[in-house]
Amino acid sequence: MHDKTVAQLAAGLRDKQFSSVELSECFLQRIDKLDTHCNSYVSVDKEAVRSAAAAADDSLAAGETAPLTGIPIAHKDIFCTQGLRTSCGSRMLDNFFPPYDATVIQRFQNDGAIILGKTNMDEFAMGSSNETSYYGAATNPWDKERVPGGSSGGSAAAVAALLAPAATGTDTGGSIRQPAAFCGITGIKPTYGRVSRLGMVAFASSLDQAGPMARTAEDCALLLNTMAGHDPLDSTSSERPVEDYCAELNTDIKGLRIGLPEQYFADGLEAETAAQVQSALRELEALGATLVDVSLPHSHLSVPTYYIIAPAEASTNLSRFDGVRYGYRCQDPQDLHDLYTRSREEGFGEEVKRRILVGTYALSAGYYDAYYKKAQQVRRLIQDDFLACFDKVDVLAGPTTPGPAFVKGEKSNDPIAMYLEDIYTLAVNLAGLPGMSIPAGMVRGKPIGMQLIGRHFDEARLLNIGHRFQQATDWHQQRAPLAQQESA
Amino acid sequence: MAQRTPANHNMSIEQDEIETIAELARIRIAAEEVEPVTDRITAILAMVDQLQDVDTSGIEPMANPLDAVARLRVDEVTEVNQREAFQAIAPSVEDGLYLVPRVVE
Repeated sequence: MHDKTVAQLAAGLRDKQFSSVELSECFLQRIDKLDTHCNSYVSVDKEAVRSAAAAADDSLAAGETAPLTGIPIAHKDIFCTQGLRTSCGSRMLDNFFPPYDATVIQRFQNDGAIILGKTNMDEFAMGSSNETSYYGAATNPWDKERVPGGSSGGSAAAVAALLAPAATGTDTGGSIRQPAAFCGITGIKPTYGRVSRLGMVAFASSLDQAGPMARTAEDCALLLNTMAGHDPLDSTSSERPVEDYCAELNTDIKGLRIGLPEQYFADGLEAETAAQVQSALRELEALGATLVDVSLPHSHLSVPTYYIIAPAEASTNLSRFDGVRYGYRCQDPQDLHDLYTRSREEGFGEEVKRRILVGTYALSAGYYDAYYKKAQQVRRLIQDDFLACFDKVDVLAGPTTPGPAFVKGEKSNDPIAMYLEDIYTLAVNLAGLPGMSIPAGMVRGKPIGMQLIGRHFDEARLLNIGHRFQQATDWHQQRAPLAQQESA
Repeated sequence: MAQRTPANHNMSIEQDEIETIAELARIRIAAEEVEPVTDRITAILAMVDQLQDVDTSGIEPMANPLDAVARLRVDEVTEVNQREAFQAIAPSVEDGLYLVPRVVE
């Protein structure tokens, strides 16, 4: 049961092959037995899961047909869940029990899904390895010495270890796609504004976007159908109507024009990863697509641009954590100033503090134009590069990351080396485009991902290409050693 | 803080500037941490320095990737009072108020 896709589980529940209680119990047992090797969850409320599953079985018996009724889904611990701790991977929110649900959580509940648990993540989603989590890093199910990627590393590890049928993630600079690549699963970051940010702890508000992480493109389409849509409570949520992302999954991709940005295959990309991506691209060619060389001349500027804009917005967003209204407060504050400065010193980890300081600097008097405004201008040049490519091609493709998952500790003392991990993903957030990573090969026994980048609001096409690719290949069916362990 | 521009300031940062920034950000940095924090931030600023070489004259800054602007809504009360729920998760409250150390003597 635990190896089935969400689509198969939904059919199995409807056909009474098994109940939601049985299904949920199966995952709870696997989490109990196997998550000690993975550390992918930070909170699991077993009683709440069991009672939600029993209620789902009642609904199913009554003939209810919500698309995800009775399916357990794991959620990144960045989404507010009423009455269930939402830590965001931080000591600052270790004691935070939200008084409301994020819109994403509400949408899953409206469609019948069960909250299986909250997954581990880099603190405030700032990191590419999960190592900045207050709860210790999650582990890659393919190799316990290696990181699962980040920041949605717990979600990726849980899905890859078959500790959840699917999960949610968020992506500010690659945080869905990079861990999806490292763990051998499928993840899509939708167009900026497609999924509501309400109740999703804010990191960089002009970049943050939530999306699904699952084992197939088809499952991502199913989950995105639930997640996407206008939310009047999120002022940047798009009012554009949502299409049915499952409708075009099987459409032939004959005649599709795929652009290959030369910069995504240049120095920095590991040779074996390059070879695997090339062979995946030949597979798409065999399915009828045409490969076209294109260029993103400003792409080398995406890392510096991102590391101004994201910290600047983070420094603003994280000013709300003041030790007064909720979250961590230091012991015995001497005065209000001591309360603020020590609560923030003790409540935030190193990387978060570093980014707040960089962002505060970039926004401070005398530096705003040189840093923030400059970065916003270069951001437009980066977006213009993409838009020019989309005059010639339908989508872009390349590697998701320069190589497979790296070893824990390898980059954790070198922020800039860590930042370069996201060299192929950051620009997609800067431009607000949808991006997807699908399993596309193995390098030294570890999965690597191929990234597909689409025009704004072209998620359905990315999912269509991913699905066609997965019909023709079996990279997405490779299982991590931990996934093959039984819980009984 | 001194008003310096990129032309005469090579994006490096001094320890006393870090202390000023930390004060603005309301984050205490222990004395022994100031130097390593300064070194790390200097390295990050050196990395972002390459933006200064890009010609961006006439380029409109992009604040929102869809160039969307804030939506307006009718000025109606839509929120209900949830003071109790919100204060239930606060570190310290009394009589419906958030408690902090004495500010005015």
